[in-house]
Order: sequence, then C-alpha cells, then structure tokens
Amino acid sequence: MKIWVPMDSAAKALGADEVAEAIRAEAEKRGVEVEIARNGTRGMIWLEPLVEVETEAGRMAFGPMSPADVPALFEETHPKALGLTEELDWMKRQTRLTFARCGVTDPLSLAEYEANGGLAGLRRALTMSGEEITDEVKLSGLRGRGGAGFPTGIKWDTVRMAHADRKYIVCNADEGDSGTFADRMIIEGDPFCLIEGMAIAGIGVGATMGYVYLRSEYPDAIAVLSRAIEIARDAGVLGTDVLGSGKAYDMEVRVGAGAYVCGEETSLLNSLEGKRGVVRAKPPLPALEGAFGKPTVVNNVISLATVPVIFEKGAEHYANFGLGRSKGTIPLQIAGNVRHGGLFETAFGMKLGAIVEDLGGGTASGRAVKAVQVGGPLGAYLSPDQFDTPFGYEEFDGQGALIGHAGLVVFDDSADMLGMARFAMEFCAVESCGKCTPCRIGAVRGVETLDRIAAGDAAAIPLLTDLCETMQDGSLCALGGFTPYPVMSALRLFPEEFGAVKEAAE
Amino acid sequence: MRHSNPTPDEVRALIDAELHREGPLLPILHAIQHTYDHVPEMALPLIAEALNLTRAEVHGVMSFYHDFRKAPTGRHVVKICRAEACQSMGANALSQAVLDKLGLDWGGTTPDGSVTVEPVYCLGLCACAPAAMVDGKLIGRADAARLSAELEGAA
Ligand SMILES: Cc1cc2nc3c(=O)[nH]c(=O)nc-3n(C[C@H](O)[C@H](O)[C@H](O)COP(=O)(O)O)c2cc1C
Ligand code: SF4
Ligand code: FES
Ligand code: FES
Repeated sequence: MKIWVPMDSAAKALGADEVAEAIRAEAEKRGVEVEIARNGTRGMIWLEPLVEVETEAGRMAFGPMSPADVPALFEETHPKALGLTEELDWMKRQTRLTFARCGVTDPLSLAEYEANGGLAGLRRALTMSGEEITDEVKLSGLRGRGGAGFPTGIKWDTVRMAHADRKYIVCNADEGDSGTFADRMIIEGDPFCLIEGMAIAGIGVGATMGYVYLRSEYPDAIAVLSRAIEIARDAGVLGTDVLGSGKAYDMEVRVGAGAYVCGEETSLLNSLEGKRGVVRAKPPLPALEGAFGKPTVVNNVISLATVPVIFEKGAEHYANFGLGRSKGTIPLQIAGNVRHGGLFETAFGMKLGAIVEDLGGGTASGRAVKAVQVGGPLGAYLSPDQFDTPFGYEEFDGQGALIGHAGLVVFDDSADMLGMARFAMEFCAVESCGKCTPCRIGAVRGVETLDRIAAGDAAAIPLLTDLCETMQDGSLCALGGFTPYPVMSALRLFPEEFGAVKEAAE
Repeated sequence: MRHSNPTPDEVRALIDAELHREGPLLPILHAIQHTYDHVPEMALPLIAEALNLTRAEVHGVMSFYHDFRKAPTGRHVVKICRAEACQSMGANALSQAVLDKLGLDWGGTTPDGSVTVEPVYCLGLCACAPAAMVDGKLIGRADAARLSAELEGAA
C-alpha cells in the first residue's frame, strides 16, 4: 500500500507530519506494509492535509485529515473520502502547465521528474542556438510573473546579445507579497522544474552561473531547493557539462534577510552582492549591468519554472492559452477570508467574481465579500462591483489595479478599510529602502494623516490624496510608487469609512 | 544549538567557510547568527577585516536587514504574521491577545527570557491564515490557545 502525504509547508502547518506519523504507527499496529511517500501540495489548501492512497483506479484523496481520521484509512469506507484526486472539480477545471507535477511526484526524485516530462525541455533547448531559444520564449508570449509583466523573451535577448566574460541568471524567490505562495509551492513541490528553467535560461543567454534569492521566511523551500541542486549536480544536469552537452551551468541558493524591498530586482542585486538592499536607479538595466556588474537575467520563480513546459510542448501550445496580450496560464493564489483557499492554475481571462465566488466559495466566515486585494501589499482593493473584470494585465490596469504575482486576498464585510489603508502606509514606512523622500518620508506622513482621518478630521482627506499623488509621481520604485493603490482604492470604494461622505453632506 | 561565548577564532572559522562565495557578506551574517542566535558586536571588525570593508560598512549592511539581531532572543520565539491575508482572518486580534498575555510589545522578550514575540510579514500560508511560527514550527489557522499550547509543549 502506497500513501502520499504532502510535505508542503502549508500542509505541515495544518498537521501533515502528525498525520504521516499516525499512518506509520497505525500500519505497524495492524501489521500492514505501507510505503509513505511525501509529495508537494495539489494546491487545495482547505483540504490539507490531503492524503492520497494509490489504488488500481488511481490515487484516492482523503481530507482534510487529522491523526484521528487515520485508522479509518485501513477500513472499507472513510468519512473524509473525496474520490479520485484527478476527478475533483478543482483539479479537473485547471490547466496545469507550470504546476503539472506539483503534488504528483516526490519533489526530490529526479527519476519521477523525468518520467513525468521533466528535462524534455532542456534536452530540446540544448539542440537549439541561443537565438532560437530566446525566440521560442518570445513566441510563447510569456510575461514576467513577478509583477511588472515584462516580456521574458525580450529581457533574455538583451542579455544574450550583451558581450561579457560572465553572465548570470538570478531567480527572484523573495515572494514577499501577502496572499502569494506559488513560488514557495513549486520550489517545495517540484524544485527540478525551477532548476531546469534556469538551466535553459543560462544556455540560452550564455550565462554559466545562477542564483536563487530565496526569502528566509521559507526554511522548507530553502532546504528542498538546496538538496535538489545537489541531486541535479550529481546527475550531471548542472555543472560543467550539462546533460553531456559540453555546456556549463551551475547554481546556488542565497537566503534573503527579511527585507520586503529586496524583492525589487535592483535592491535584490545589491543584497546578493552583500550590500544594503537599496534600490538602484535604472539605467543601467540589470540585463546589461546586473549582478556583480555583469549582464543578468532577473526573473521571478514562476516565469522561470514555466520555461520547461514551453520547451517541452512548444511555444505555440503555450501561447494558445490566455486572453489578449496575457498569454498562457497563471497560477491564481486564492487566500485570506475565503472558504476554498489554494492555488488554481488556469488560462488568463477568468472573471474576478468567478475566482472569488465560484472557485473560492465566498468567504470563510460566511459573511458578504467586502473587497479583494489583488497583487500583494502594493495592489489595489477591488469591490464586488468590479467582479466582471477578466484576470489579465491590461484588464486590471483598466480598473486602476494590478495583478502582480496573482495573489488574491478576500476580505469579508467586517474589514476595517481605513485600518487597511493605514497598514499599507505603515508597511511602506517600515520597508522603505530610504533612497527617495516621497517614499521614506511620505509613508510616515501617510500614517499620521490616516490617524488624523481616523480621529474624525475629514479635512485631512485632501492631504492624503495629495500625498499619494506625490508618492506615485516621485518614487523611484514601486514600493513608494504603488502604495497609493491600496490606499486610494480603499478611499474611493469606502469613502464613508474615512468620514468623507459625512463631510460632503454637511 | 546555542554557543554563548563566541571566540574570535570560532567566528573567523565561520567567516572563512563562506569566503569562497561571490558576495559573501549575507551568507557570513547568516552563518554567525545561525550559530550564536545573534550577530555579536565583536564579529563586526572580524568580518570587516576579512572582506576589506570598514566596520561601519558592515554595520550598515547588518542594520538594513530585519533578520539580523544584535542580541539573542528568548529561549522560544513566536512569530506572528501581520500581513493582509492574515489580517483578513483576525491576525490583529490574535497578536494582541498573545502580546497582552505575555505583557510584551512586538520584538519584546519576557523578563524571564523565555519567550520573544516577533512580527513577520507573510509566511506563504495565506490560504490557511492566520499564520504563525513557534520555534521554527509552522502553524496554520492559528489561535491564541494553539500558540500557548505549542509554547508549553516546547518549554
Ligand atoms: C517593492 C518591490 C517588491 C518586489 N517583490 C518581488 C518579489 O518578491 N518577487 C518577484 O519576482 N518580483 C518582485 N518585484 C518585481 C521585480 O522588481 C522584478 O520586476 C521581477 O523580479 C522581474 O521578474 P519577472 O520579469 O519574471 O517578473 C518587486 C518589485 C518591487 C518594487
Ligand atoms: S520608492 Fe521607497 S523603496 Fe523604492 S527606491 Fe524609493 S525609498 Fe526605496
Ligand atoms: S516592478 Fe520591476 S522595476 Fe518596478
Ligand atoms: S499573509 Fe500571513 S502568511 Fe501570507
């Protein structure tokens, strides 16, 4: 009997290790031979720990499991039986390209990785020229999943054409946005996929070294990826002779140190070099002068982890999914006060309301949805009036919002929106790198101004609006520049909570 | 794994082990903090010497990052997520309850040195919020009773 128990940190935070231990103990008690395999999560976090039992028909899912539910796994029927995992509505409705293997395989088995399509993309890339590789990425329409949505192939091409004795691939795994966990989930659940994507990038642009800048808040991901890199190196996937091609590419994990701003790419590069994580002015572009002054590709985890499937199935296959200029699939991360939280990979274009109500099942509290913050702490709040907006870069821009790293945080009607606006300013003040005044000083003034408004001084509202304009126009990077999104959207959608309506009526 | 009295030789060994890397400063600070639970003042000139930096430069880097501490924490560390997804599930009330019970502010340590409470901004557990971490163990859908139980279990 083979039983899968996820080792993903969300599953562990909900008791997966205790469940695995209970299975081992129960099997021993019954004298049943059981192989316990650890996988990543399938992404249905509300069902975690989700245990799967291998049967002739396929993997049968049970969840959410607790140690007390374990004995019944060995009986005929189980109150938490969900049926075949692949037949669950949440699984069937997805287009899993980037996350195809996540939750399916043992994350640290290179053999299982290969048996499920892994390394096919890298093998194909090794038969192509650098230009053919960057063309393939351009053709796929892949845009950066870290937030800015810049076309990945164009960025790669700039690095490819730069002349230098050394180039780098830097993977941005700083994933600081609240409501996002896709990077963590794929690194813990399918780390070879990121390694393969970075190797393709290295071969394509002529970079021989890669760094993954991984936040310190993700100790499990750090451990899994570090181990996977060793395994890949031992197997000749990394090193001086990648898969026998004669080409070199190697990589290393670097651990962040708790600074949100280090997710901004130039701040990240400074941090990697051992400096204060202060944002650099652009130009020069990191593509030309990046890590240690050399041409550097900086890409988000999901951008890079999507590269293998593009090379395995072809750019056109990927580009056929999506909406307008938002091509391919996007791993939606549904979080916060929501019944069915988790990760759902689907083609761009799903309506916001369908994501929240249909996939998410509404709020966890059962109360009405008040607002959804999309794109992390720098993303706008959207109200149910905007639920018709399709999930795409341009479509969200049209609503004065952004999709960012595709995290959605749902709030019920008890949310204090003035408090959330204040938090956005406070966060900006705490995390500001200090380089420019509108952000460093503006955010502190923003907190004070919101406190005045909270104390009933509605005359401070125009001050807040002015301040937000100054931050938006005068900040060097999106920390100061986009903090006004959550603040102003909260004010626009819920003016009565800022005392603005009362003033207008007087 | 807490060594209380770092000697210059021990610290130098930790530094030397990271020197082969490009940009070794953060790995060095992490290695020292991992060993001593903080970065002791006496380590700064040693790092500066090894990297050909001034002591002020090393201090400047160290102080930029929230992770690096000048003093050790209490014997147990509770981190509670303060970010938006956790707030949507009551993180503010949770952290207030924990801080009040222990009589602490964020970052504070109980007088007996047993518990430190630190804020964290997202643990990637936003779909099972609110999230917390007690001595490295992750807790989803945390509540005050569960955190107390974990602390008592760890004590
Ligand atoms: C304050 C701030 C934080 C950011 N945090 C992240 C992050 O955690 N992960 C990420 O991939 N990009 C982050 N970005 C965006 C990066 O600057 C950059 O656009 C991205 O890494 C490029 O990769 P992509 O093209 O694959 O998206 C952040 C930007 C800002 C301004
Ligand atoms: S906007 Fe803020 S975080 Fe960005 S460069 Fe300016 S001070 Fe630094
Ligand atoms: S988000 Fe990449 S530079 Fe602003
Ligand atoms: S916001 Fe708390 S874990 Fe992500």
